[in-house]
Amino acid sequence: MDFKLKQEHLMAQKLFRDFAVNEVEPIAQEIDENHRFPEETLEKMQKNGFLGIPFAKEFGGQGCDTLTYVLAIEEISKVCATTGVILSAHTSLGAAPINDLGTPEQKEKFLRPLISGEKLGAFGLTEPEAGTDAAGQQTTAKLDGDEYVLNGSKIFITNAGPADTYIVFAMTDKSQGTRGISAFIVEKGTPGFETGHKEMKMGIRGSATRELVFTDCRIPKENLLGREGRGFGIAMGTLDGGRIGIAAQALGIAQGALDKSIAYVKERKQFGRPIANFQNTQFTLATMATEVESARMLVYKAAVAKDTQRRYSYEAAMAKLKASEVASFVTNRAVQLHGGYGYIQDYDVERMMRDAKITEIYEGTSEVMRMVISGTILN
Amino acid sequence: MNIVVCVKQVPDTNEVRIDPVKGTLIREGVPSIMNPDDKAGLEAALRIKDKTGAKVSVITMGPLQAEEILREALAMGADDVYLVTDRAFGGADTWATSSTLAGAISKLDYDLIITGRQAIDGDTAQVGPETAEHLDLPNISYAQEIEVDGDEVVVLRQYDDRSHRVRAKLPVLVTALSELNKPRYMTPGGIFDAYREKEVVQWVREDIPVEDENIGLSGSPTRVSKSFPKAVKEPGMKIEEGVEESVQFIVDKLKETYIL
Repeated sequence: MDFKLKQEHLMAQKLFRDFAVNEVEPIAQEIDENHRFPEETLEKMQKNGFLGIPFAKEFGGQGCDTLTYVLAIEEISKVCATTGVILSAHTSLGAAPINDLGTPEQKEKFLRPLISGEKLGAFGLTEPEAGTDAAGQQTTAKLDGDEYVLNGSKIFITNAGPADTYIVFAMTDKSQGTRGISAFIVEKGTPGFETGHKEMKMGIRGSATRELVFTDCRIPKENLLGREGRGFGIAMGTLDGGRIGIAAQALGIAQGALDKSIAYVKERKQFGRPIANFQNTQFTLATMATEVESARMLVYKAAVAKDTQRRYSYEAAMAKLKASEVASFVTNRAVQLHGGYGYIQDYDVERMMRDAKITEIYEGTSEVMRMVISGTILN
Repeated sequence: MNIVVCVKQVPDTNEVRIDPVKGTLIREGVPSIMNPDDKAGLEAALRIKDKTGAKVSVITMGPLQAEEILREALAMGADDVYLVTDRAFGGADTWATSSTLAGAISKLDYDLIITGRQAIDGDTAQVGPETAEHLDLPNISYAQEIEVDGDEVVVLRQYDDRSHRVRAKLPVLVTALSELNKPRYMTPGGIFDAYREKEVVQWVREDIPVEDENIGLSGSPTRVSKSFPKAVKEPGMKIEEGVEESVQFIVDKLKETYIL
């Protein structure tokens, strides 16, 4: 067992750190304040190959591994969780299912532009009445000649609006329950496909979260991803991968808040000395650092498991459960260490604490993670 | 077209702190980076490559750990990289360094050689021009812009109060300023290729055609007679008041110190 990153991972980490500090951090506060999607950062990430990190070179990917992708999300989320989730949703939810299940033609047509940095991806599973109970899909897809006709809506879709390519789930046979769900690739601009207004959120406020609305939206039969009726399995498998991305995002938020706190307690003076000299501060920081490191171990382990094991739902669920709860705990403590300054917008930990919460909710709540984990250990 | 870029690994002086008592640099734990002027030179070469398909070779002389900046160069898009490393080359001044580099470069095909103006750890700005002399090449220093036009290079050369646009026939050696451009980021895939698919060619003493008397410490005519720390300047004070208040503040200070 070796806990050291390889040289290529260390250099990639340095690249992502430099990029995060130079390109992402300077606007993190502003995009949060204005709920603004950072188009310019997306463009820079596209130009530098960040949108295809874990995918093979065959279709324009970077040919790296899941751990490298995790390092990217972590470093970026350390300074801006919004930018982290844009990349994570694109990679794990938008591109990965086509990479894993697409036909050679679908990969050429849809995957190549996604991972070579021309297009942005998104994933539409959640509906108003189908959250954790994803099997309760109301959106339907009916085959009519050479086309499927989609009707229904999706909510809380990350990257919706800016994204060009959407993985959308719909019922092709309601009588079959989860076995009646199928996955489709839907392109922006398809008649009958609209995105709704941007949700105003507690955190990750720069990211675009919108409703998808399908009204007699006709898509070519060739846009069916995988086989008809296999959509539920595709969604669950995709979310296993997505959870590693969100776990990395949570890890980054936690590390970012810890870094800000370490710097702050050395500067902030009370009773004539830096508050770092007080044991309460020291013990709080020690607990925060230990929590962050334990989350990191699970997140990196899940990343390696994804590349080396057939199934990794268990590792991914543990990584997300731990990292997201650590993110909430650590950012909460970071605000406490900052005192009143931690509660105002001038200090990043205020934003980080708001950003952390969503990691316990999206791509499966902490409760769902516990269901996945207990399901594995009890079977 | 073949471009050779010379780079050097240096301590990141932005991260170097000064020992307030001894006045010396605290080098411990300071990360090493590719010298900024050299990195701009590499970027200039890569931009020429993007336009013309030129081949870009990168060379450095240094200890084994200097390999890291060569991997970085590969990850940015360089085609092949050479590490000139041997104890025999250690302790070299600018003469011995340029002699060794010129010997190494003479083994490669080149139309254009780009070096940085100077390294942030030594600040001599001599190795580039000296290398040109050893290779009997014309040299244009302090390049703010580099463009290749057929078999010529057009360089905007920085002077104190003006710039010169200089045109020269290839082959030529150009020294680059960090103001030349904003170097590109590595790509993640470039990093993986740099470590997993590409090779850092190592050249030792026997591989370099250069006389013994011109290498290493013994081949270095420069003698440092004395080394002493510069007085560390205290940071100044910034006054952000209106004109009246600022002037009053300065006058008060001058009176306090009996200058007025």
